Amino acid sequence: MAAGVATWLPFARAAAVGWLPLAKKTMPKPPVDNSSRSDEILYLNVSGVRFQTWKNTLDRYPDTLLGSSEKEFFFNEDTEEYFFDRDHEMFRHILNFYRTGKLHYPRHECIQAFDEELAFYGIVPEIIGDCCMEEYRDRKKENQERLAEDTEANESMDAPLPPDSTPRERLWRAFENPHTSTMALVFYYVTGFFIAVSVIANVVETVPCRPPEGRIKDLPCGEKYQLAFFCMDTACVLIFTFEYLMRLFAAPSRCKFMRSVMSVIDVVAIMPYYIGLVMPENEDVSGAFVTLRVFRVFRIFKFSRHSQGLRILGYTLKSCASELGFLLFSLTMAIIIFATVMFYAEKGTKGSTFTSIPASFWYTIVTMTTLGYGDMVPNTIAGKIFGSICSLSGVLVIALPVPVIVSNFSRIYHQNQRADKRRAQQKVRLARIRMAKKGTTNAFLQYKEDRALGGRDSDSTALCVKNRSAFEHQHHHLLHCLEKTTNHEFTDEMTYSELCMTESVGFRTSRSTSLSSQQGAQNNPTGCCPRRARRRAAMRLANSTASVSRGSVQELDTLHIKTTSIPPQTRSSLNAQADNLKLNCGEQDFTAAIISIPTPPANTPDESLPPSPAPIPGILRNTRATAFTHETVKISSL
Amino acid sequence: MTGCAKRCKQGLVKFAVTLHKLVTGSLIKDKADDDLEMTMVCHRPEGLDQLEAQTNFSKRELQVLYRGFKNECPSGVVNEDTFKQIYSQFFPHGDASTYAHYLFNAFDTGHTGSIKFEDFVTALSILLRGSVTEKLQWTFNLYDINRDGYINKEEMTDIVRAIYDMMGKYTYPVLKNDAPKQHVDAFFQKMDKNRDGVVTLDEFILSCQEDENIMRSLQLFENVI
Repeated sequence: MAAGVATWLPFARAAAVGWLPLAKKTMPKPPVDNSSRSDEILYLNVSGVRFQTWKNTLDRYPDTLLGSSEKEFFFNEDTEEYFFDRDHEMFRHILNFYRTGKLHYPRHECIQAFDEELAFYGIVPEIIGDCCMEEYRDRKKENQERLAEDTEANESMDAPLPPDSTPRERLWRAFENPHTSTMALVFYYVTGFFIAVSVIANVVETVPCRPPEGRIKDLPCGEKYQLAFFCMDTACVLIFTFEYLMRLFAAPSRCKFMRSVMSVIDVVAIMPYYIGLVMPENEDVSGAFVTLRVFRVFRIFKFSRHSQGLRILGYTLKSCASELGFLLFSLTMAIIIFATVMFYAEKGTKGSTFTSIPASFWYTIVTMTTLGYGDMVPNTIAGKIFGSICSLSGVLVIALPVPVIVSNFSRIYHQNQRADKRRAQQKVRLARIRMAKKGTTNAFLQYKEDRALGGRDSDSTALCVKNRSAFEHQHHHLLHCLEKTTNHEFTDEMTYSELCMTESVGFRTSRSTSLSSQQGAQNNPTGCCPRRARRRAAMRLANSTASVSRGSVQELDTLHIKTTSIPPQTRSSLNAQADNLKLNCGEQDFTAAIISIPTPPANTPDESLPPSPAPIPGILRNTRATAFTHETVKISSL
Repeated sequence: MTGCAKRCKQGLVKFAVTLHKLVTGSLIKDKADDDLEMTMVCHRPEGLDQLEAQTNFSKRELQVLYRGFKNECPSGVVNEDTFKQIYSQFFPHGDASTYAHYLFNAFDTGHTGSIKFEDFVTALSILLRGSVTEKLQWTFNLYDINRDGYINKEEMTDIVRAIYDMMGKYTYPVLKNDAPKQHVDAFFQKMDKNRDGVVTLDEFILSCQEDENIMRSLQLFENVI
């Protein structure tokens, strides 16, 4: 109900006395109202600024926070006031809404902040008064557009493809966004080059060349080197046809693709050639054929795929369609009026060029656009007077819609600029956000490692622990509980992505790997590959930084670890936790994994494995089954 | 002829002035100034003490009432349209404008066309804190549209129809066309003692006092404020 209706309710109820004599039945009992009737002043403390208002004022809108019992949650008994930890400047507007019944939108505030405040206080934005509603709507729309652009940029084509895309999808991506792969880029530039070649050829073939021997007249180059031009044209058309067919094949929705503007331009660009091939050398149709050749110039529009500026121009014209229409209409009206006037003014004179009204159209257009060729000139005084009025008005009529078109163009252009800038900044922003996120996950993994460490070596725990707040401790405990619940462990992003990659690849090889390394662990064979065995042993020193070469199958079972700067506080054993290894997927030359094979201690003379409870055979998939031991065992191999 | 010449001269003068304005660029007709001459009617009620004496409300209650009233109508008066609007908000199902019109007339005892705070408070005082006779008298006044001291069938039918209008279309059981008429007939059957076709104030008060239902219902509205 609208503002203040609550104030009038008692009066409406009192007026119900007027129905009593007419009533056929007895009136129902009125509701019992135990609340104190006397009005009181409430104190509202918003971030230290105290507001005071009557209780009745707030009760006007019982479906908001302040008008309902929800505000009791914010009541502070010590100070006997309602405390809200929100912005006091915006609270002013909210409170004024209760007082006056009109909600105003402060122009200098951010629209999202305002919306959030309204949501907090339970006020629907639709009741913003008419004075501020338009401004509010405009800003909201602008904000939503920006957000839409943002999300669009986020899920834009620059994101890596999901791994399970069909070749068709990949092809479409390559076409739409050439920057994704080198092949696409090459194709993009090749088509661009051929478009340019085709257009230049079309232009050059009409230039007069020196005539061959035996002729006097200059021949256009197209006829002199007919074969060459024909070959060039054929090549271009072949490329264009190929491109069109590829796009048609790759398009997710063929119907939609065929109806799109670019597709139509493509078709129009290559059609004349095929029609020319098919058509016989007939005199009658050759005229039509010549017309068709004109369409070859449309190939220049194919450049709009390559040039963003052209696209912007196209969008602008589309969005200004109504202004352009208006311009055209008003011009037509003015042309007809002035042409008529000029014709009748010049009718009498001898040798006048104004032979008919349509003939005067030409004069009018040339004059209104201030071209003034001078091929048609009025001679009579009346004609001259009207001619001058015509040229003056022409300037006005043309100048009117131009600012609208210009502002549209400017808006679209700036939108594009913003989108580009945002895309560039987005990468930096995302990188920073990712780093921050990694920081927190690393904190947890570090905590785990420290805990494991702490289990064995209580000296260092003291050092590690002191830098963490109570919040972090509790948070880490929570994550730990989750790990225990699901029987899985947290790991870092790179390990995970590489595990995904290699799980499919390395199933069998890693099995062999595990076996071989198990063997290696058991009995340092000096057999076939002594160097490898020694390297394996060396590998077990987690601190070693041997690089690995990917490659032949034989290399596969040597596991090399590349450690990085994360302080490997664990000792040399295979207890190296996953986080100690920054498995560097970016580099081509390796991947490695750690195996911690909980073989019985007797078999491993050269290092001290911690006593591990359950003998889990060196496993391929013990990424999953590591809940039993602290020592995570992850294997991957390449 | 002279009138025509005078008109022509006036037209010419006006044309010359407009041409002059056109040339000097001040042709824009400033319509905005006209709107500023809004009549700001502002009414202040009598003092709090006087109102307390005249009505059955305490000072506190008057304060609360006035604050609400002033908030809704900063100018201090309610005109009929605003009144209709406010009253209609309580009855969104049907059309409350007719009944609101009658109610407005009942409140506007001075027939000034607008309700001031005093009228408002006086009426409320009667309705909520008045004696039975006063309440019944007020109701009689409401029904007696032309204020002639008698309620005849047409007036009653108008009132009853206005009340039924407030119910709207969707009722259970479905509203029949002659429901108001039947209602009025029943009313007259009860109220019109001497069967002369009109109900006077005394007949009205007497009949109502005999009816227990009405007497009981009158007590219900004591605690509205």
